[in-house]
Amino acid sequence: MTRKYFAYPYLAWMVLFIVVPLLLVVYYAFTAEAAGTISFSLQNIAGFFSTTTLNVFAKSIWLAVLCTVICLLLAYPVAYILASSKINSRTLMVWFVLPMWMNFLLRTYAWLIILDSNGIINQVINLFGLPSAQLLYTNEAVLLGMIYNFLPFMILPIYTALTKIPRNLYEAAEDLGANSTTKFFKITVPLSMPGIISGFTMVFIPSITTFSISRLLGGAQTMLFGDLIENQFMFMQDWHAGSAISFVMMILMLISLYIMTRYEKAGESSGGLW
Amino acid sequence: MKSLKRIYLLIIILFLYAPIFILMIASFNNSKYIGGWSGFTLDWYVQLFKDREIMSSLYVTLSMALIAAIVATILGTLAAIGINTFSKGPKALMLNISYIPVVNADIVTGVSLMLLFIFTRIPRGYFTMLLAHITFCIPYVIFAVLPRLQMTSSQYYEAALDLGAKPSYAIRKVILPDIMPGIINGALLAFTLSLDDFVVSFFTTSNVNNLSTTIYAMARRGINPKINALSTLMFIAVVLLLLLINNRTTKQEKALRKEISKS
Repeated sequence: MTRKYFAYPYLAWMVLFIVVPLLLVVYYAFTAEAAGTISFSLQNIAGFFSTTTLNVFAKSIWLAVLCTVICLLLAYPVAYILASSKINSRTLMVWFVLPMWMNFLLRTYAWLIILDSNGIINQVINLFGLPSAQLLYTNEAVLLGMIYNFLPFMILPIYTALTKIPRNLYEAAEDLGANSTTKFFKITVPLSMPGIISGFTMVFIPSITTFSISRLLGGAQTMLFGDLIENQFMFMQDWHAGSAISFVMMILMLISLYIMTRYEKAGESSGGLW
Repeated sequence: MKSLKRIYLLIIILFLYAPIFILMIASFNNSKYIGGWSGFTLDWYVQLFKDREIMSSLYVTLSMALIAAIVATILGTLAAIGINTFSKGPKALMLNISYIPVVNADIVTGVSLMLLFIFTRIPRGYFTMLLAHITFCIPYVIFAVLPRLQMTSSQYYEAALDLGAKPSYAIRKVILPDIMPGIINGALLAFTLSLDDFVVSFFTTSNVNNLSTTIYAMARRGINPKINALSTLMFIAVVLLLLLINNRTTKQEKALRKEISKS
């Protein structure tokens, strides 16, 4: 008996629970049910390109891009300061990733208390005699919730990438007369690129597909891509329309992953030329 | 410059922790509404432990994480041992398919499994949620174990067979001890992933709730002081756990350093 056979139970599991379900998504996306018979149809895929769905799609992308860029801008200095500090930054780093370990629904829920019409912020506003503001159930609330939830996922990979940069590169650059700006843009930024890219995927994809953050902090006002899928499956119970949206999302994600791995590889090969 | 850096780190730390601390303070507030402090109480904690819905979902979460981690670790470790001996093409295919649940959006994984259970007319509940959890846990175990396997040489295993060991005996005595750290890492990862999962659980159950789906259902109805109490307890649990792990590793490091200095 060879060791090969050990993989067979998982092989069966993989086919049944990974491959078949994805094929089912494709099957449901390209079929429609009419009078009890299921037949091939493009109407659900076409449904994706309706104005309402495209508007939701555009809004999701916009919020996800904003969230990713803001996370990057907030996270890079944190990672940079920690990686370049002389004290033991690893223990300090624990404090930045610790919130990651708490259930993200609870972290999102925390903002309900802060932004609620009777919440902390409105209490303070009222103290100055100003009327309460509608903070909850807005796009900004959803964006804030996303940034809050995903920020540690941007800090961690950038920090890891920065700590891997060999110190002697900086010394060599100094010997050759580089100032700190040159060092930052010629060494730090290019060599932290893998961290930025993996941070990008760890923030962008979850923020495009979230439905719980938008549902809790955005209410019915903010309909995102994830909400659309959730709505079709759990409320409308229209497996075909829901699958069509999921299918398009899968394709988009494959494309973005492909671009990112290509970019990563290109970065690696050019990294050798520096 | 140095103080500027400190202030920046402090602001981010404040941003990350202020919401959690506000939740903690609110959990001891007598008033159901957050508006103002109206006295200290432990009432929400008492109500939390009396809440059957929350307690049963806690049981679901813990039991499922345990079962999913055990099954995923066994299947994943066996799979890694097998895949490691595959030739290049099939190996790449297996690993690429295993990579799908890792990189795919949770919502697509959840929805695709939901379709499987709808299509096969299996009623969604504890069992289907468990199957889903095992499914997204196995790849993490494989990717934790595989690097360890690649580090060890297969010659020892073959030598054991030549010396008359049965394959099962050789696996237990030769391969397993070598890859144990990977297996433990994979098991811990599987356990925490299952513990924390919301999206896949949400789509693969209908009547049985775990902690995440219960919190979601409660939070959708608005502010609930029992959730504040629950958050406080969970945050304390997480901090204690991390302190324990951190403490243990620093202790190990200290012991190691002592050993080195002795010799």
